[in-house]
Amino acid sequence: MEIVYALAIGILTGSGVWLLLRPRTFQVIMGLSLLSYAVNLFIFGMGRLTIGRAPIIDTLQQADPSLYDDPVPQALVLTAIVIGFATTALFLVVLLASRGLTGTDHVQGEELEP
Amino acid sequence: MSGWAQHLPLFPIVIPLLAGAGMLLFADAQRTPRTVVALAAALANLLSAIALADMAGGGMADIWPEGIAVYLLGGWQAPFGIVLVVDRLSAVMLLLNAVLALVTLVYAQARWKRIGPHFQSLFQFIVMGINGAFLTGDLFNLFVFVEVLLAASYGLALHGLGVSRVRAGLHYIVMNLAGSFVFLIGVSLIYGASGTLNMADLAARAPFLADGDRILFETGAAILGVAFLLKAGAWPLNFWLPQTYGAAAPPVAAMFSIMTKVGVYAMLRLGSLLSPSPGMPGLPGVPGIPAPFGEEWLFGIGIATLVLGTAGTLIAQQPQRLAAYCIIASSGTLLAALGLGGAEIKGAALFYLVSSVLGTGALFMLSEMIERTQQPGEAIAGSAADPRESEGEDELYSDWPDEVVGIVIPAAMAFLGMSFSACTLLVAGLPPLSGFVAKFLLLAAALDSVQGTVVPGLVWVLWAAVLGSSLIGVIALCRMGMRLFWSQGEIVTPQLHLIEAAPVATLLLLSVALTAGAGPAMDYLGLAGQSLSSPRDYIDAVLSTNPLFSPASRGAGQ
Repeated sequence: MEIVYALAIGILTGSGVWLLLRPRTFQVIMGLSLLSYAVNLFIFGMGRLTIGRAPIIDTLQQADPSLYDDPVPQALVLTAIVIGFATTALFLVVLLASRGLTGTDHVQGEELEP
Repeated sequence: MSGWAQHLPLFPIVIPLLAGAGMLLFADAQRTPRTVVALAAALANLLSAIALADMAGGGMADIWPEGIAVYLLGGWQAPFGIVLVVDRLSAVMLLLNAVLALVTLVYAQARWKRIGPHFQSLFQFIVMGINGAFLTGDLFNLFVFVEVLLAASYGLALHGLGVSRVRAGLHYIVMNLAGSFVFLIGVSLIYGASGTLNMADLAARAPFLADGDRILFETGAAILGVAFLLKAGAWPLNFWLPQTYGAAAPPVAAMFSIMTKVGVYAMLRLGSLLSPSPGMPGLPGVPGIPAPFGEEWLFGIGIATLVLGTAGTLIAQQPQRLAAYCIIASSGTLLAALGLGGAEIKGAALFYLVSSVLGTGALFMLSEMIERTQQPGEAIAGSAADPRESEGEDELYSDWPDEVVGIVIPAAMAFLGMSFSACTLLVAGLPPLSGFVAKFLLLAAALDSVQGTVVPGLVWVLWAAVLGSSLIGVIALCRMGMRLFWSQGEIVTPQLHLIEAAPVATLLLLSVALTAGAGPAMDYLGLAGQSLSSPRDYIDAVLSTNPLFSPASRGAGQ
């Protein structure tokens, strides 16, 4: 499971970085979105991958930490998703404003080659 | 009274938050109530920052005898709940931010608040984010507050729109979004390796990490350091900075001049906590401080930033871009000085930080007033290189009332000239203003830190870089001044409002006061620098603070 998870994060990061370095604003925002998925998965993975363990203490079971998953990364990833989503949405607005004002979707606001 | 005073560390976050959110309730046309609320909030923020600075100096010994205020936000003890911590360093930064926020807000009331919606609210939110970043004692909350200030700064950087702002804002947002992801990776890696996000707890645990975890922890710290350096505007991650700061509305740019210092603060805080200190039980063979917080790295990056920022001042054609490069140079000086290490240098570097924020803040506001002296047709070279850009600007400024409302100050040109000279002295570090005192203290502390008779090469490099950058700064600023004030083209004498001139004058007078009161100020900042070199007090204060109302006492109360 760890290998698949790590590969998924790696592929998302790689594609994200490649798209981030592309000259079109749409590619940049796709790259940022992919990067944010990768980062969110990474944060989640930092709580260690476990199966069948809840992050909330169950009163019927005893409070043995080894029976539970770490809740902190799950709380962190929730915050990170919200913030990343909001700022990416803001970027989308700026992207459209830039497209409207400059008439091109190049990140420099002008076409480098005629 | 003491009931209120206990909640003092929360005020710098809650006041701007409530004010900013409350102003959203007023309709756009209702300017007066919003102005009143904004100014009242900025003033209240300043008062609470003054009270906190007094507290950190030992003025509230009955509540916080150590001078370190720890506020448990949820009433949980430190490593489990999140905390706000105010020590001398935080108090100085809060005070600086509050002063800058108040004067730029007053400046913005003259005209800049009108050219876009929600300026007042966004301004309060950026103040809240910066305050929060200085207050928090928790890495993830640092991320959240940095995001709050960045989100507000995205809105403010675009304030007034226009092609150049949108283009610069686009790059600014992409860089900082990518930086935020890097920040998150660093934070989560540190959590994964050490199991804590509380900075004090992290500092206590870091020396005892097992080998495998130690490598992961150092990797995480290195990645986190990259994110901080991006915020601090360090080379090679600062190419977005001159463009964004140069294009932003002047009061916004003045407020941004403390934003890079958030990155410097984070480097300083985490570097201080993670460094092995005399009082800390360290294990033999454990390496000290993670890479980017390490002294050699920071020194090299700082010198490179300083040199390139100084080179930038020579090529800058617009006053506002010049001020942006001055910010880079000041970041570089700070990072290089901190990289040299030692308690004395940290105190001197804090003095330099305060002085340079006052200077660049004033320079940004002044540069816009000076640009009004130029004929609209023959704008300063570079600013109107792109015809579309000037079109956008015309559209933008057409909304402005031609008639100035309010008190107009006499002798506008004399005021502008005097202020520009004062800014030059301040930024370049010439006597008699505080910039000189700051650089002098910095260089003297660097020499004092030398043990033995041989002065090491690093100190020479710092001397050469700081003095060289001062010289080039004088050249660049004088050249700009000559072109602006003595140029052959006709100069329009602008009408300056009192509320535009007063903020610049206030910042410059504060720097005069800082020069006159350099002794007491340096005593305070020197102690702040020393407390950074012995983080044990901070760690103990955070980890030993108990909740006021534990569940047991609450049960007894009922």
